[in-house]
Amino acid sequence: MSEVILEAKNLKKYFPIYKGAFRKRVGDVKAVDGVSLYIKEGETLGLVGESGCGKSTTGRTILRLLDATEGTVTYKGQDVLNASKDEMKKLRREMQIVFQDPYSSLNPRMTVSEIVGEALVEHGIYKKGKELDDYIVDVITKCGLAKYHINRYPHEFSGGQRQRIGIARALALNPSFIVADEPVSALDVSIQSQVINLLTDLQHERKLSYLFISHDLGVVKYISHRIGVMYLGTLVELADKKSLFDNPKHPYTQALLSAIPVPDPTKKINRIILQGDIPSPANPPSGCKFHTRCMYAKDICKEQVPEFRDLGGEHFVACHFAK
Amino acid sequence: MTEKNIKNKTENKAPNKSNGLDSKEIKEEEQVILTPWKLVLRKFKKNKVAVAGMIIFIIMVFLALFAPILTPYDPYTMDFSQVNQPPSKAHLMGTDELGRDYLTRILYGGRVSMQVGLFAVIIEIIIGALVGGLAGYYGGWVDNLLMRIVEIFMAFPFLPIAITISAVIGPEVAPEKRMYIMMFIIGLLSWGGLARMIRGQILSLREQEFIQAAKALGIRDSRIIWKHLIPNTLGYIIVSATLGMAGAIMSEAGLSFLGLGVTPPVPTWGNLVQNARDIYVLKNRVWLWLPPGVAIFFAVMSINLFGDGLRDAIDPKSK
Amino acid sequence: MGNLLEVQDLRTYFYTDDGVVKAVDGVNFSVEAGKTIGIVGESGCGKSITAMSILRLIPDPPGKIVSGKIMFNGEDLTKVSDEKIRHIRGNDISMIFQEPMTSLNPVFTVGFQIMEALMLHQNLDESEARKKAIEMLKLVGIPRAEKIVDEYPHQLSGGMRQRVMIAMAVSCQPKLLIADEPTTALDVTIQAQILELMNDLKNKLNTSIMLITHDLGVVAEMSDHVVVMYSGKIVEDAPVDELFKNPRHPYTIGLMNSIPSLIEEGKRLESISGSVPNPLYLPKGCYFHPRCKFATDECRKGQPSLREIAPGHKVSCFRAEEVTK
Repeated sequence: MSEVILEAKNLKKYFPIYKGAFRKRVGDVKAVDGVSLYIKEGETLGLVGESGCGKSTTGRTILRLLDATEGTVTYKGQDVLNASKDEMKKLRREMQIVFQDPYSSLNPRMTVSEIVGEALVEHGIYKKGKELDDYIVDVITKCGLAKYHINRYPHEFSGGQRQRIGIARALALNPSFIVADEPVSALDVSIQSQVINLLTDLQHERKLSYLFISHDLGVVKYISHRIGVMYLGTLVELADKKSLFDNPKHPYTQALLSAIPVPDPTKKINRIILQGDIPSPANPPSGCKFHTRCMYAKDICKEQVPEFRDLGGEHFVACHFAK
Repeated sequence: MTEKNIKNKTENKAPNKSNGLDSKEIKEEEQVILTPWKLVLRKFKKNKVAVAGMIIFIIMVFLALFAPILTPYDPYTMDFSQVNQPPSKAHLMGTDELGRDYLTRILYGGRVSMQVGLFAVIIEIIIGALVGGLAGYYGGWVDNLLMRIVEIFMAFPFLPIAITISAVIGPEVAPEKRMYIMMFIIGLLSWGGLARMIRGQILSLREQEFIQAAKALGIRDSRIIWKHLIPNTLGYIIVSATLGMAGAIMSEAGLSFLGLGVTPPVPTWGNLVQNARDIYVLKNRVWLWLPPGVAIFFAVMSINLFGDGLRDAIDPKSK
Repeated sequence: MGNLLEVQDLRTYFYTDDGVVKAVDGVNFSVEAGKTIGIVGESGCGKSITAMSILRLIPDPPGKIVSGKIMFNGEDLTKVSDEKIRHIRGNDISMIFQEPMTSLNPVFTVGFQIMEALMLHQNLDESEARKKAIEMLKLVGIPRAEKIVDEYPHQLSGGMRQRVMIAMAVSCQPKLLIADEPTTALDVTIQAQILELMNDLKNKLNTSIMLITHDLGVVAEMSDHVVVMYSGKIVEDAPVDELFKNPRHPYTIGLMNSIPSLIEEGKRLESISGSVPNPLYLPKGCYFHPRCKFATDECRKGQPSLREIAPGHKVSCFRAEEVTK
């Protein structure tokens, strides 16, 4: 297949917890705790997991919107986390992000053309004027908006349209890699599919690579080529879509997949119901983080952190017993 | 939860006749573009009480502004032949114990009271916005330091401090310059709350995804501050300025009433009400204390109604 | 089996400054005893307002039940006294909400909140109520119930809070449980736990459930009967198997075709164009026609009414016979 354009190795992001009058550091929330992944050109890597598993933080740390605690991120051979200010600015044109909340992700006091055009002027790609306007119209029509929309403000649009504006903003710089952070989770089902179709169309047209973050396994299954499953800040399984869904190796993945309600009343699935709740990432369990809820857990799981290993065919699992 | 849903519904529908990409496109295209400020204006206009407040306030400002045209008298000229006259045709609100036309004194007093209110608020906003903005944007130790300073300022008991300062500097300053002292005292003592509010505002704005998006786009910090952060706090600043002005007018009136603010012969509403301290005047010369009291009441009330309406229009959530 | 609840021509309107919002506009459906009815639709379609109308929880003003009957146990809930409806709430009909955090009072222990309803409706004394509360917590699968009963809502996780809400709702053994998006705020694995719990309770206590959700997957799994709503009206009403096998309203079909997990690999999602109309400016004719690819002039002019096209399967579409998946 095509070449790897982005690689993260052993990425960690800890948020310190301060307590007391002197703001003493009493511990860390280990939001991302040693994630390694790579994304190939024109490929969508889906990242799933439940709330608080660190999937969004992973996306933002890769883009250096948050400073990583440890680890490396390489984009087309360039070190992202240690890039200088100027280098970073150039990298920003290549790597973009689309957010979840169509309301808070657009500045309410800017028009569509300002929102989409701001970065183009900032990077000196266009000067303010007709050429810029033409380009903006070009981008927003590609995203399913109309020319007359350019002078309107976000509050005049519906949720789905706002999400299109957000996508147009990311697309304007002509990036090759986009982190899509739950881009359809806030939308109604009928609007959701419009946006998913737009994202896939753009991918084919421009050979975009996506890191598609979502808690909705149905959506991730539809849009991704490969999928990573996160639990408490670590990847527990990463494989291409088919082998992940047909042959999940990690007990957590198995439970997660079986938990999806199937919109077909004739199908009855054998559901694996996990006991208990997700532990706090400030105080994760020792050894394998999943052992507190795992039905196969043995003594070794409490003591040793399982290695994230390749079972063959790029199917990675972090479980002592997976074969 | 229910109420919120309904409120959202009422909000969303106003401008949003758009129906996506359907057949109504032509109609939608003709729609007038609603800027955020137009939207605020629209919501504000619907609030009749607030509009009434604004109109009363504007009238009062005009009365004070055009005092020299509206009255033939001078506020300082004494006329001992006309001492303590009750309201009459020549003196609509009577005269005081030195024979000065009382309506004139009230109009000119309004000038002073409102000027003090306005400039005190300007001082309050400059300091408050700067301190709050810096603390919110930079966070960390800057935030810590500035917020401790704010706490110190907010721990000062306003009245004793104001009285002390006024008593210490007071005697050395000519009565006509005392209003400037008042502006500074009130302004310097009341910015703490505003600074805190703006800090909170910036902190929550910083977490908004559009700020993250601007960073991801490689936008300069200075532009993020000027284009993304400040315009979004402007509404709050305007609202607190309006409400702050009412507070400042009250503070000035209080201090002047106690004789520690602006002192006669310079008239302000506060020191005009002072007349009520004399039991004889209180009983027999109602025109000497009721009109300035009513003026204060109307000024503060109208500003508050106006400010509340403005707040509801700018941020319907903060009720 | 007889119908426990019958909603007849219910209309709930909101009178706002900008005009009248017909949030629920002529809705008819019934709930059989011991069955689950799913009410599906996107945000703003009136599904939650329908539920709140049943319990008379509509804030008035601006909202008002304009007409219609809600027959429950032979009584019309729109007509009964305020005192009577208070007695019905929590006792005969109870409700669980989407947000388990905001629906519990943060200053009382969870035990107290369960006991309150028991003491009020069932006339239990404090120690009996406490015993019953612990029993309920155990029933909904909360470990260490004796300890949790004295804890405050913030000490519990989201899934636990939703369990407490359910314990509270079923503590008086209601005949009808209204669940408004009960799992939307929860993660999939926790959602699976809660759904299983609800099914379990339904069988144990023979409670009818009115499940309001936007998630067709949840509906397929939980319901016996499904009602699909769009812009305040019912567009389709059918038994669950029939609805999923043989949907007849273009909107229902559109919804099913936009769910990624139902679509074959590599196939494009078939989305419904446009968006839900503004409730203040509803289109003429069938409300769905601007987004419908089957729309004809008839649909633009007249409003279709709900009609039975197969036993138990009602659709409100002029062209239901021609429309297929």
